Amino acid sequence: MKSLRWSLPLAIFVILVAFLWVGLSRDPREVPSPLIGKHAPAFELAKLHAPSETLATADLKGTVWLLNVWASWCVSCRVEHPLLVELAKANIVPVYGLDYKDEPDAGRAWLAQHGDPYTASIVDRDGRVGIDYGVYGVPETFLIDKAGVVRYKQIGPLTPEALKQKILPLVRELQK
Amino acid sequence: MIARAAIAALLLACAAATSAVDPVSPNGENAAGMSALDMRLKRLEAELRCLVCQNQTLADSNADLADDLRREVRSLALAGKSDDDIKAYLVARYGDFVLYKPPVKPITWMLWFGPFALLAGGGAVWWVVLRRRARSTTPTATKADTAGEMRARKLLNGEDDVAV
Repeated sequence: MKSLRWSLPLAIFVILVAFLWVGLSRDPREVPSPLIGKHAPAFELAKLHAPSETLATADLKGTVWLLNVWASWCVSCRVEHPLLVELAKANIVPVYGLDYKDEPDAGRAWLAQHGDPYTASIVDRDGRVGIDYGVYGVPETFLIDKAGVVRYKQIGPLTPEALKQKILPLVRELQK
Repeated sequence: MIARAAIAALLLACAAATSAVDPVSPNGENAAGMSALDMRLKRLEAELRCLVCQNQTLADSNADLADDLRREVRSLALAGKSDDDIKAYLVARYGDFVLYKPPVKPITWMLWFGPFALLAGGGAVWWVVLRRRARSTTPTATKADTAGEMRARKLLNGEDDVAV
């Protein structure tokens, strides 16, 4: 009983430190998406480079694909863009671009300037599809499997680590 | 006590002030020119979090996304959706994080009941300490008291002071 006098406060202190350690090391801007494990919201949008054609989620059934939300006004999109260009060259997984709340002309000019890694880009002028996908901080990237289920979401720019350690291994597993 | 009464009076005054805005005039608008729908949306948006500037409500935020979400909430309300439907719509897309008042479920038990558990734990420790202190101090105090009392009585009776 006597040992309780110091062991109890110590235990409380250790628990507190553990909670703060975990809590403070998390990025509060990364809100876990409720879409993981659920069907990707359906859309049918006009293509950026061929406005008369549309692309729908149904067209992509049976393929593993990445949906990258970008915009010409998005500054951090420039950070991740070279990585996407590289990924496109490696030809591992098709990347579709969602040009989010952007002027199509500005979007096309931006891709012409920085390189176009996308199998196709589609235009979400009013951001409605963005809302369906729970987009709140561009850039965001979704990994969607053959059945159309969202498997992973990257909030903010893609990093080489996230790509190598999480996304690409998952892509390979899902492509089997 | 006076401070508490003053705060209570202030809160009452605030409540009276806000309720004074509520009455709706015959044409369906209140004094501020807000329709019943506007007021409902205002109340609803105050319970929803803007995901861009996370410590602001949807009602307060100037972020672009907040604008879009307010528009979305309004169109859902106009389509006849209830407040709960609208909240469910946003939670399905952005998670429980959009709600300022998180729902009670296993993952939020700690959040909801943690403070009460801490209070109960603190109370239990306090009770144990008090009881132990009472038990350990009473007997020795009696012993010392009787010795001192005997010595005092002897002194009062005019006997010589003897070391006890």
